[in-house]
Amino acid sequence: MSLINYSSREINCKIVYYGPGLCGKTTNIQYVYNKVDPSTKGKLITLATEMDRTLFFDFLPLELGQVKGFKTRFHLYTVPGQVYYDASRKLILRGVDGIVFVADSQSARYDANIESLYNLHENLEEYKLKLDDVPFVIQYNKRDMDNIIPVEEMEQELNPEKFPSFPAVAVKGDGVFDTLKCVAKGVLKKLSQN
Amino acid sequence: MVRADWTIYEEDYWAINSVIKELIENSNSTSVILIDKTGQLIASVGMEPEFDLMSFASLCAADFEANAQLAKLIGEKDFSTLYHQGVDESMYLARVAQHIILVVLFNKRTTLGLVRLRVKKAVDSLDTVLNRLFNKLEYENEDLKQFDAGFTEELNKEIDSLFKD
Repeated sequence: MSLINYSSREINCKIVYYGPGLCGKTTNIQYVYNKVDPSTKGKLITLATEMDRTLFFDFLPLELGQVKGFKTRFHLYTVPGQVYYDASRKLILRGVDGIVFVADSQSARYDANIESLYNLHENLEEYKLKLDDVPFVIQYNKRDMDNIIPVEEMEQELNPEKFPSFPAVAVKGDGVFDTLKCVAKGVLKKLSQN
Repeated sequence: MVRADWTIYEEDYWAINSVIKELIENSNSTSVILIDKTGQLIASVGMEPEFDLMSFASLCAADFEANAQLAKLIGEKDFSTLYHQGVDESMYLARVAQHIILVVLFNKRTTLGLVRLRVKKAVDSLDTVLNRLFNKLEYENEDLKQFDAGFTEELNKEIDSLFKD
């Protein structure tokens, strides 16, 4: 939920990375954390299991420079991808301003992508939201792996509405910033159009 | 024209600040922090914490919400307050005006009893201030005229310069 604080001159927006287990949501955020100017980022919080699987969420605050005396912050969150952490996913979506759906391009994960996207629709409904209401970007991750599904085929199944989408190899950083830039600009555009 | 989901105007901020300042003084606590349910920091008074406040706010909101879900599972509507006891530092969290969480950090200079007592009074005062603010937003929902197309354009440039390999 975007919050404008006139006294502290701040605008805060929340972006959530969604997607099936092991699709690379945390990898996206870690790459951003490692690459952005240290003065613009806060602490990267990771609530993960001993096996490095996200248990609750990852959190990274990023701060843009001042414009017209206002500081704008983006709070990046990931959700846990594993099916049985649905209650946590629902909580993280509360007050979301923009969503990135990270799809796993490997053919073995085809069904997991569909299930996760369906789950996103369901959880948004709980907050009386639809995908059209929230700036939404799809990232087709792991394009460097063997046995991947062609992007066109993934588009057909996961993105018939033609939301913006990007191919990516998040471990190498390919497509990570393109995705983030697109959703961040979408959030600002929505904020100024409402 | 920009509208946020919610907005804090200067006068509301100072009304909130005066309540939490009074709370920190009469409860002998070290810091009082106000955050919303989505993890956004609203206000903070007292000793400047050494930790990252943004992360702290997001974790407090998650903590509170996770506990609210636990409450529902055991048949409670909500846990309106939470207490985390440490060896030196402790935390007391209370829900205010449905959407807001008040967090009090305190040490051995005070007691849980006193903190709890003072928080109760502060929650009542904050309820009034925040509900007035929410009502105002519902009816007025002012346009924020200084954020025009030029503002968004400037921010887009910031995004391009910050988010790059």
